[in-house]
Amino acid sequence: MKLTIEGKVYVAREDDINTDLIIPARYLNTSDPKELAKHAMEDLDPKRHQIPFLNRDGSCDYKILITGKNFGCGSSREHAVWALAAAGIEAVIAPSPVPFARIFYRNCINEGGVLPLECDESGKLGDYLKTGESISIDMSEERPVLTRANEAKMLLRPFTGIAREIMDAGGLTAYNKRKLTSLLQ
Amino acid sequence: MTGQTITEKILARHAGKDRVSPGDTIESTVDTIMMHDVTSKVAIDIVNNDFNGRVADDLEIVVTPDHYVPNKDIKSAKLYQQLKRFVDKQIAEGANIRAYMVEGGDYGVCHVMLPEKGHVIPGKVIVGGDSHTCTYGAWGAFSTGIGSTEAGNVLATGKLWFRVPESMKVEVTGEFPGNVMAKDLFLRFVGDVGVDGAWYKAIELCGEAVKNMSMDERSTFCNMAIEAGAKSGIVAPDIVTAGHLINLDCVLKRSDEQRHKLLRGKFCSTNWDWVRSDADAQYYETRKYDVSGLEPLVACPDLPSNVKPASELGDIKIDQAYIGGCTGGKMEDFEAAAQILYGKRTARGVRLLIVPSTADIQRKMVRQGLYDTFMDAGAVFSAPTCGACLGGYMGILAPGEVAISSTNRNFRGRMGDPESFVYLASPKTVAASAIAGCITGAKK
Repeated sequence: MKLTIEGKVYVAREDDINTDLIIPARYLNTSDPKELAKHAMEDLDPKRHQIPFLNRDGSCDYKILITGKNFGCGSSREHAVWALAAAGIEAVIAPSPVPFARIFYRNCINEGGVLPLECDESGKLGDYLKTGESISIDMSEERPVLTRANEAKMLLRPFTGIAREIMDAGGLTAYNKRKLTSLLQ
Repeated sequence: MTGQTITEKILARHAGKDRVSPGDTIESTVDTIMMHDVTSKVAIDIVNNDFNGRVADDLEIVVTPDHYVPNKDIKSAKLYQQLKRFVDKQIAEGANIRAYMVEGGDYGVCHVMLPEKGHVIPGKVIVGGDSHTCTYGAWGAFSTGIGSTEAGNVLATGKLWFRVPESMKVEVTGEFPGNVMAKDLFLRFVGDVGVDGAWYKAIELCGEAVKNMSMDERSTFCNMAIEAGAKSGIVAPDIVTAGHLINLDCVLKRSDEQRHKLLRGKFCSTNWDWVRSDADAQYYETRKYDVSGLEPLVACPDLPSNVKPASELGDIKIDQAYIGGCTGGKMEDFEAAAQILYGKRTARGVRLLIVPSTADIQRKMVRQGLYDTFMDAGAVFSAPTCGACLGGYMGILAPGEVAISSTNRNFRGRMGDPESFVYLASPKTVAASAIAGCITGAKK
C-alpha cells in the first residue's frame, strides 16, 4: 500500500452514488480495466456535476474522489473498483458513519487498488474541497492525515484491522498467498 | 451470557467457535459458492494464475451463467466461453462443481436456480459474485454477495473473512391483502429506513405473518435486503421450509446418498433447531409491520427507497412493463400476474415483457396455460435471463421512456438510457399497470 497519495480531487457530493453510476452494466461484458476506465462515472447526472469526471479523450485528471455517504451501493460488481483504479483513482473519501456500501468497501480492500477512507461527518470535505484542487494523504500513521496546500492538516478516521493488513499485503490474493506460504514453512 | 441470533450461530459454527459477537472479524468456512458469467472472469484468473488452477476440496461450486445469456454479443460470448472451459476443466479434475449451462437447456437466473436445484438449505454459508446472493437467507442460510477477487480466493481456499453483522429484526403480523405481495412489504421497509437503513446488518424477517409466506415470497424479501444496505437477509427455517425441501428431494429424484452429500454436509445437520435465534438474542433494532394495512407500493426513480403508494402517483404513463429477474420472475410472481392479466389486453402503446427466471419455470408456465394468458394479453416472451433488469438486453429503454418493473433496482440508467425512468413494484402492480397503461395497483 502506498504511504503517500498526492493529486487532484474530484468532488461528487451526492449521497448513495451506486455502482451502476460508477460503471453502467452495459459495459460489464468486459473485465478489462482499461476499457472500463473509459466509462467510469459515465452516468452521473450532468445537471448535478458540471465538471465531467473524464476528459473528452477518456482520460482522467483525478487521483482522489470525495463523495457523499454510502458510496458504491447496489451491485457487487468489482468492475466499479477496476474502472476507478484504471482511471487513476487511488483513494475515495466518504463521510462517517455510513461511508461505503459494504461490498464496494470489501472490493476496494480485497482488490487492493483503491484506498477507501472515512472522514468525520462534521468534516464535510465536500464543502471544504473543490474539484481540481490538489491534496495529499499521508498513510504512515494509524489515522491518515489529509493536507491541503498551505493549510492546516486534517485527520481522517483510523484505517486499521484486517482491512489494513490486507491492503498492506497488496490485496486478498497476496494476503492469502503469503499466509499459505508461511503455513508451509 | 445473552442468547445468539440465527446469523451469529451459523457464523460461529463455520468459524469453529462457540459463539461470535457483532463486530468480530472471523474467518469462516464457505459451504457453497455461486458463479455467473459477469463476475467470474477475474475469479477464474486468480485460481489459475495464483493457486495453480486448484479449487478447495470441500467447497461446493454452483455455476449459473445468467446475466447476458443466451450470449448477447461477442464480448459476452467470450465471458461464457471462459466460464465453460473452467467448468469442463474442474469437472475433469473431480471438483465438487455443478454447472447449469445453456447447453442442454436447464439453466436460469442464479438466485432462483440455486434453491430450485436444492443447493440452498438451512445453516449453510453461501457466497456468490452477485449482490443479490442474500436471497438464500429465505431458506435459513447465511448468504451474502462478494466481489470477483473474493470469489477467486474462496474458490482456492474455501474460506473468507467476515465482520459479524448486527441483526435487525423485522417482525410482521397480520394477513396480506389480495393485491399486496412481499415486494410491497420490502418496499415499505426500505421506504422507511432508506437505502442505508440496514447498513452492514443481517435483516431477520420473523413474526406470525411469515408463517403464511411461501418460499417464493420470503425469497423476494431476502433478495432485496441489499437494497437497504444489508449484508444478508434471513428467515428461520420452519414447516414451510421443510415442506419445500422434502418436495425438492422428490422432484430432483435424489437417492439418500445424494441427498446426504448435497443437502446435509458437515455443517448442516438434519436437525434444524439450532438455526433459530434465541429468545434473548440481541438486536440492533426491531421494526414491526402489520401487513394487513399495506397497499400496493411503488419505488420511484432513482432509488429503491423512493417509495410511494401506487394510488398517490397520479397519471404516470408507461412504455414498458417488465416481469422477470431474481426478485420478480419466480413461478408465483407469474401466477400472480396471470391472475390479473387473464382475459385482458395490455393498453395501447405498452410493451409487456415476460422473462421467466429459469427453464423449469418457463416449462411450468407453458404447462399451466400461463404462456397463453400472457400471449393473449399481448406480452412478449423471452428465454430465461437477467435481461433488461440490469440494462443487459431484452427490453432496453430509450431516453424519456418509462418502465414499471418487478425487478429490484431503479438507479439512473439501470434498464437503459440514463434519461429513462424505472418504477419498481410487485408483479401484481406491474400487470395491473400494463392493462391500465399507467401506474396503478391491482384491485383487492
